[in-house]
Amino acid sequence: MTLETLIQQLMNGISLGSLYALIAIGYTMVYGILRLINFAHSDIFMVGAYFAFFFVAVFHLPWAVSAILAVVLTAAVGMIVDRAAYRPVRNAPRISALITAVGVSFFLENLGLVTVGARPKAFQRPDVMSKVVPIGPAAVSGVSIWVPILSLALLALLLFIVHRTKVGMAMRSVSTDIETTRLMGVDVDRVISYTFAIGSALAAAGGIMWACKYPQINPLMGIYPGWKAFTAAVVGGIGNITGAMIGGFLIGLVEIMTVAVLPGLSGYRDGIIFTLLLVFLLIRPTGILGEPLKEKV
Amino acid sequence: MLKLRDLHVYYGGIHALKGISMDVPEGAIITLIGANGAGKSTTLRAITGLVKARRGSIELKGKNITGRPSHYIVRSGVAMVPEGRKIFRNLTVRENLMMGAYPRQDNAGIQQDLEWVTTLFPRLKERFSQKGGTLSGGEQQMLAVGRALMSRPRLLCLDEPSLGLAPVLMHEVFRALTRIHEEGCTILLIEQNAKAALKLADYAYVLETGSITMEGPGPELLQNEAVRKAYLGE
Repeated sequence: MTLETLIQQLMNGISLGSLYALIAIGYTMVYGILRLINFAHSDIFMVGAYFAFFFVAVFHLPWAVSAILAVVLTAAVGMIVDRAAYRPVRNAPRISALITAVGVSFFLENLGLVTVGARPKAFQRPDVMSKVVPIGPAAVSGVSIWVPILSLALLALLLFIVHRTKVGMAMRSVSTDIETTRLMGVDVDRVISYTFAIGSALAAAGGIMWACKYPQINPLMGIYPGWKAFTAAVVGGIGNITGAMIGGFLIGLVEIMTVAVLPGLSGYRDGIIFTLLLVFLLIRPTGILGEPLKEKV
Repeated sequence: MLKLRDLHVYYGGIHALKGISMDVPEGAIITLIGANGAGKSTTLRAITGLVKARRGSIELKGKNITGRPSHYIVRSGVAMVPEGRKIFRNLTVRENLMMGAYPRQDNAGIQQDLEWVTTLFPRLKERFSQKGGTLSGGEQQMLAVGRALMSRPRLLCLDEPSLGLAPVLMHEVFRALTRIHEEGCTILLIEQNAKAALKLADYAYVLETGSITMEGPGPELLQNEAVRKAYLGE
């Protein structure tokens, strides 16, 4: 491999990985608080991309405005999903919540198929994303530069919220002990709602950037990125935010690099990632940063 | 301050509280003694809204709070030191204390109370930026009490604060309770150390398998033959 392709592929892997990281956060935060795998998260990602698409293509709003509106609206969708689907089964056995999550996922996918149709739509990305930028000897597309930069900024913002704000402190305490958090006078349902909002906002940002990278969107576009981000969350240690970030970058790099080094395997790129998921589940189910599971009493 | 009337609580099919009535007057120290499984913790959990009463009423400062969510009750001036301390292991000592002050907006008052709690328990100050999970059992208990105080409660409920503590630390916790009480806080105390609790209490209730079987001023029960036999090991 020449230095030129190495740089290109590295940037490619990092930008893909940063998107997985953004999505993985949503899985890991909800799991950390509710011990629920939110299967609908991958479809929230799709919803975000569609919102941006409509604001740009149909309402002709400026790009930045569209993206921000889409993120805000998707956050609201996440809160509505929690309120309408998950809160009613909060005290039910965990498997009921899990099945509900699968149901919400199918619902959103099919709602998309019915309302916007199955035919993929061309996503108009802003010019900066398609412009080619030279890095050393390599020429890298704008997407591969901007996506990691924007993602890292969002991840930094997230870490700030979780570790430096009051509501972030409540999120961390809910994830250790819901009941005692209630005894602190915290309205736990509201904290959970904010958690869904933040996770969904990041998924929307991920969806929009994904659509900039692969500018065709369809109602089932979330499924594969969702599964891989879920893999990233597990590999990083589910429930652990930093772990999800590390897992995301790792999965993105592994996916791109296996294909780059062994082009013959390019048909197996998804299979390789899911094999990695299985290997982790077998050997280290708590992931890279996860602590040994202690069942909550 | 607090009135329980004919309170019934069930856990599934188990009738855990069978019609409890008790009064906690403003400014008093009230204690609840009884064997394991008698329903002491359940009483506190019902007061703080963690379990719902099937029948009966709970009145706080003249307001009916039966069936209200925990965060509402806590915001109405009740704080609880739960059984087993339940400090947030992954939060720092300072964050644990700040969690106690979660509903409050008055930053100046919060800072002042942070000072106050650290004068009550100077050890906490030394451990401020350590994770709660790294503290020793006694320090965790002090943190749990300090955290409850950070909400400036009118009524402080404590569930076995001396459990598992060395006698020296136990005295320290009880000394702190006396000081908190002197500052005007009403206290509802559950203790398995019945002797220490009865000495401290203005009035006490004895709970047996979900019902109150005896009540009276603390020193009086301390002299009572049946109580001495059952709970003081004499």
